[in-house]
Amino acid sequence: MSHTFYIAMSYAVSAIVILCLIGWTWLDGRARRQELAELEASGIRRRSAQAKDDAA
Amino acid sequence: MTESLAISKFSDLANPTRFLALAARILPWMAAATVMLFAIGLYLSFTTEGDYQQGATVRIMYVHVPAAWLSMMCYTVMAVSAIGTLVWRHTLADVSHKAAAPLGAAFTLIALATGSLWGKPMWGTWWVWDARLTSVFVLFLMYLGLIALNRAMDDPSRAARVSAVLILVGFVNIPIIKFSVDWWNTLHQPASVIRMGGPTIDQEFLWPLLIMAIAFTMLFFTLHTMAMRNEIWRRRVAAQRRMAARMAGHVTGSEA
Repeated sequence: MSHTFYIAMSYAVSAIVILCLIGWTWLDGRARRQELAELEASGIRRRSAQAKDDAA
Repeated sequence: MTESLAISKFSDLANPTRFLALAARILPWMAAATVMLFAIGLYLSFTTEGDYQQGATVRIMYVHVPAAWLSMMCYTVMAVSAIGTLVWRHTLADVSHKAAAPLGAAFTLIALATGSLWGKPMWGTWWVWDARLTSVFVLFLMYLGLIALNRAMDDPSRAARVSAVLILVGFVNIPIIKFSVDWWNTLHQPASVIRMGGPTIDQEFLWPLLIMAIAFTMLFFTLHTMAMRNEIWRRRVAAQRRMAARMAGHVTGSEA
């Protein structure tokens, strides 16, 4: 195998791992945001948020 | 989300709500800086001449070395967070070391894989059990163990305390990794950038390496901030579900 193969493989492996990491972090964030939005929509809010609303 | 951003001193970041507000503001800038640094770093990596001994294979160094540095820096960030957990019982410190573990595992995996891909054409072997390679492999296993531990325990604050103790015990591996090439006879070459007498690497290779190292570091801090934000949201979802279950229990009880 030529040196180009090892260089290409190194950059490909790094890119795959980094893209998976970015994708996983982003999808995790999106799922948590959706869960929080669903809970808020069903009237379940954090106590601190409720206290702020009551004070207002 | 309209959360206040009144941060007058560093300890104000201890408040998760303030941290979320700060993260929302700085994340787009951090992501943009990461993309720009990678664009410059990759351009320099592929436009420099090859080394007189290694040839074009020197380009593997521009991803291998930053990933290896990050694998150790990430563990150091976790160790500082672990002190925050054990000494100050800081919620964000728990969140920080839990969020950093998968990132550290990923960067260590890149360092191991690219090191192996460099070793085959340069040393004639994919792997040797020398002190540097073995200690980095141990670091990878430690990251996996910490991820498994965090996922195995339901109570996040108890998991954080147990993890923090393990992180601090495991920190002994970081100086072993760094100085393994000086303390033992290893196939892996000694340090050529971060050393007492200054870098021995040629300027032509030093600049792409430094830019790529800054790009990797920026990527780490961007992903770490995102992962910490996700973990805070995860804990809020769990707390709100518990609250909903308690409210449902009260309603059922009063109806009965």
